[in-house]
This record gives sequence, C-alpha cells and structure tokens, in this order.
Amino acid sequence: MTLERQTAIELYTTMLTIRRFEERVATEFYAGRLFGFIHSYIGEEAIATGVCRHLTDADRIVSHHRGHGHCIAKGADMNRMMAEIYGKKTGYCKGKGGSMHIADFSIGMLGADGIVGAGLPIATGAAMAAQLENKGNVAAVFFGDGACQEGEFHEALNLAAIWKLPLLFVCENNHYGVNTPADYSLAAGEITRMPEAYHIASRVVYGNDVEAVHEAAGEAVAALRRGEGPYFLECTTYRWHKHFLSDQLEDLRPPEELESWKKKCPVAAFEAALLERGVLSRADLDRIEEGVLAQVEEAYRFAIESPDPEPEDALEDVYSL
Amino acid sequence: MREITYDQAIMEAIQEEFRRDPRTVHLSTDLDAELTREFGSDRIRVTPIAENSFVGASIGLAGSGYRTVANIRMATFGFVAMDQLMNHAAKITYMFGGQASFPVLYRMTVGAGICGAAEHSVSPYSMYMNVPGLKIILPTTPYDAKGLVKTALRDKNPVVAFEHVGLGCLEGEVPEDEYFIPFGRADIKREGTDVTVVALAKMVHEATTAAEEVAKEGISVEVVDPRTLVPLDGETILTSVKKTGRLVVVDEACQTCGAAAEIVALVTADKAAFSGLKCAPNRVCGLDVPIPFSPPMERYAVPDRAKIVEAVRDVMAGA
Repeated sequence: MTLERQTAIELYTTMLTIRRFEERVATEFYAGRLFGFIHSYIGEEAIATGVCRHLTDADRIVSHHRGHGHCIAKGADMNRMMAEIYGKKTGYCKGKGGSMHIADFSIGMLGADGIVGAGLPIATGAAMAAQLENKGNVAAVFFGDGACQEGEFHEALNLAAIWKLPLLFVCENNHYGVNTPADYSLAAGEITRMPEAYHIASRVVYGNDVEAVHEAAGEAVAALRRGEGPYFLECTTYRWHKHFLSDQLEDLRPPEELESWKKKCPVAAFEAALLERGVLSRADLDRIEEGVLAQVEEAYRFAIESPDPEPEDALEDVYSL
Repeated sequence: MREITYDQAIMEAIQEEFRRDPRTVHLSTDLDAELTREFGSDRIRVTPIAENSFVGASIGLAGSGYRTVANIRMATFGFVAMDQLMNHAAKITYMFGGQASFPVLYRMTVGAGICGAAEHSVSPYSMYMNVPGLKIILPTTPYDAKGLVKTALRDKNPVVAFEHVGLGCLEGEVPEDEYFIPFGRADIKREGTDVTVVALAKMVHEATTAAEEVAKEGISVEVVDPRTLVPLDGETILTSVKKTGRLVVVDEACQTCGAAAEIVALVTADKAAFSGLKCAPNRVCGLDVPIPFSPPMERYAVPDRAKIVEAVRDVMAGA
C-alpha cells in the first residue's frame, strides 16, 4: 500500500507533533513546573493519528485520561491545550479540567474522561446522535486494555450492537493497567473475542504502524458511514512513560520489554519508511521538525504567559446558564 | 378545572416538549407504548438493562446536541448508574469549563409504602444534593409535577426528578394551558402562624393532614413544600420560620445527613431566624434502617401524620 504524499506528510506531522508536545510536557513536569496527573501518550502516537485522519469535525470522539494525542490528532489548538495543562485561565477548560479533561466541542472532541471505561457509554450517545442525524457521521471512542475489564465496556458493546450504532471502538492495547499486565486481568485472552461475542466486526492491527492503523481505520470508518454498525479496532502498542508522570510511582514493567518497544518507535519507523521510499527527504523532515518545534514552543509560551484563574472563578460553570 | 394524575401530568409535559423539540430522545428499559406511538422507536428507545450505560449515552447525546429523558425507574437502580451520574453528568459542564451544556432529565421513583423492601424503597435525594452540578426536583402534586418537568425540559443542565411511588395515581387540578414552575421557588401548601413544617415529597400530604388535625387544638401550621432541593428556596423557609418561630422538618429519607438536616442548618445558621426561634427545631425523618418488608415494620420506619402531630405538639410545648 502506498500513501499519497500529502497524506503521508500529514500523518507524519501529526505523530511528530504529539511526540514533541508530550516530550515538552514531560520536561516541564520533571522540572517541577507542572502538577497533577499527566498521562503521557508517547509510544502510542500512531493510533490517534491513523484513526483521526479519517474523521471530520462533524464526527465526534471520546477520549480517556491519556488524551493529549487524541486532542492533537482531532485538531485541537495546542496553545489552549498547554494552557489547560498549566491550569491557566486561557486553557480549554479555564483551568478546571487539567491534563486529564481536555475537550473541544467545536471540533467534535467530546472530552477526555478520567474514569477508566466511562467514556465508552458516553460515546454510544454520541454515536446515537450521529445515527439520528443520519448524515453519515460517526463517533469513535478510544480506550485501553484496562477499560476492557470494566462493566461499562461490555454494556457499551452490547448497546452499540443492538442499535447498530456508527461507533468505532479503538482499543489501544498497551498491555498494562498501571503495572498490572492485561494477560493477568483479562480472562478472554484475545481482546477481540469480546466484541465478537457481541457480533461486532473486529480487527487487530499493529498500533505502532501508522500506515496499518490508517488503512484499517479507513475501512472501518467507511463501513460505519455506510450504516453497517459498530466496528472494533484493537491496536497493539506500548507506553514509554510510567502510567502517569511521577517521581514516586514505580514502573514494574520489565525494563527489557520497554527497551524492545522503544526500538519499535512509531515515529522513527514511519520516518525511516518515508525516507527509504523517497517520499520525504531529510531536508523535508527537518523542515517539518522545525515547524512542529516552533508550534510547541509557541504553545508553551502562550501557556506560561497566560494569567492564572482568579480563585473565585471556581464558582463559575457549575451550571450552564 | 380538569383533574389528571401525577403520572399523567409528567407524561403531558414530556409529550409537549417532545412535540416542540425534535432533538429530544427518551431512554428507558421499558417500552412506553404511548410515547413510541407518537414519536417512533428511533427517539423513544428501549435500552438494555444497563442503567450506567444508558445514563452515559444520555451524556454523549447531550454533548452532541440532543436532550434526553432517561427514565431510570427506581432510585435504587440509580445507584447502578452512579458512575455516570456522579462522575460525569454532574461534573462534565464544570470540568470542561462550561464549553457545552448537558441537558438531561433523569427520572426515578423514591419512597416506601409499597412493601418493596430495602432495595426498592429508598429516598436518596440528599446524596445527590451533595454533588454539585445536578438540579433536583421533588414534585408533590400533579400541578407541580407538570410545571417542574416542563421547566426541567427547558433547563440546560442535568436535572434529577425524584417522584414518590405513592403519588403517581394522585389526582389534582392541572390547567390545559401551558405553564412552567421556576426552580428554587417553594410553595406554601397551607398558611399558618404557629409552626413552620417544611415537608418533602409525600410527606407534604401527611403534613397537611397533620396540620388539619392540630388546627382543631388551635395550633396553626404553615406547610412549606420546597418543590426543588437544588436550588433550594431558603428565603421562603426563613421567612416562614421568622413568622412562626418554630420549625419541624419532615422527610421520609433516613435522618442522618438528610435534606432535613440541611434545612435545619439553613435556619439555625441564619442569625435573625435563629434568634427568633421559640424552641429547638425538630426533625421527623425516616429511621436509620434499610426499609423493611413487613407492613408493620415498614410503617414504623417512615414518618406519618401521627408522628408529625406529635412533633408539632412538642415544639408548641417547648415554647
């Protein structure tokens, strides 16, 4: 399969943007300038990138605690994202949500949700809305192997199946819930046996291969738009950081396992493929890198130069007026 | 004026709003034949028995521009949906900085008196009061039920309607013309000068009959029905207590940390109302036990007219 050059550039740029954004966030966190729970998406960039490339602003997604990548891939403004992570008044949620709860309803990003598995039922509602609107729009929900252990996962599969909802389930299987291996926690073994039990079409792809994710998601989204009911895409991957950025939290995963996955870096792999095929030159890549770094720097500047919220701003937005 | 039941009044409110706004949907585990006939099975969806997920779906629908009526049936089933109700529905507007509105009406029945035992007879509204982001209505008459549900279906926020199981068949006057009852406006169900009785849900009716009984002894009771717990009309309650100088709060929910405690605190924390009190406020609440099945025990566990009469006499004697 060969990607069009423009598509390849966009996929590469999005992946690199997520990577450089997350690297900057981690640097700022470990320098003591950020606080709270920040779940890094580094290592998993190909999934959000490959899926969201097929979605428009009219297609809605629901994300989870590790949500920065989904936001960027869906087209969110990095300045407002970074400002939110910094707890600033100019952030997407005016500093009320933080890293775990970034949303942009204007681009169909219905929010990152901090309770494992809870985004799945919410996404069934977004998919039902798309079905009622009947314009061929779809919804997608991102979740991990950990969410597959929750009852809400099964309820959402069942609901999507009986109502034939245009909902793409994107399972980012990074093999661990914090430090607990999915091998231990999931009696079903292969995750796709669960959607199969609900008569939902499914496929497993190597989630560090953006081209594979892009192709599989493309077929799935096209089927959803034709009204063929829900689809389940399991993307196998690995996270590079601990469950969340932390000096205290232990990482109990085998170090050699992490090292082996780092060698399968989704960004480096795609970069090598593009160079080898002559789609992009080293100079092209450098130019993209420069542009991405400038955007990340701008987001950082915007965030640190933005005002903090006033303490009494805490009283606003409890209710919509 | 025509009379219809409490349940019919709520149904009318839903039908009127569903006719007006095509972006409304209904989710429930049971088929509602009347709604389905008029609005079709696309908008009136029967859900699997999965309260947490259809409550979650209502949030996704809201975030996508649809208003949902989610009928959870009994408040005990609401506990099954606590993740979506408490972690998401209540907080999502705030957590996302007010970017989007989440208009949903969650309906559930509360109350004892049906021999339903512990898992079908709860009145957990104070638990919901403790979670900012939800509005809570507690209609007690067909008139209030229709007007409050109409308002709920125009509100931009998640609203929880707690409907007492003992009131569904209650008949009362309901105008044919459209009307709305604003949230946060208590209703004085009976005027009086000696004792303020703030009563919740079905206890409004018990309090009214108790007021009639003590009237024969020359005690004049004012019965205040808050009608909505969030927002709560503290002003009307305080005005009434400042007039009477005596307060009894009646609620069939368990006493500990209940809405009655909040209402007593509201009054005693108000300097003017507190200094005007002629005796300590009194609560007549459900006992702190799960609701038992057998009728003699069930009746014993919740307040009734006799217990309210006794409490009113007590605060009069305490003067």
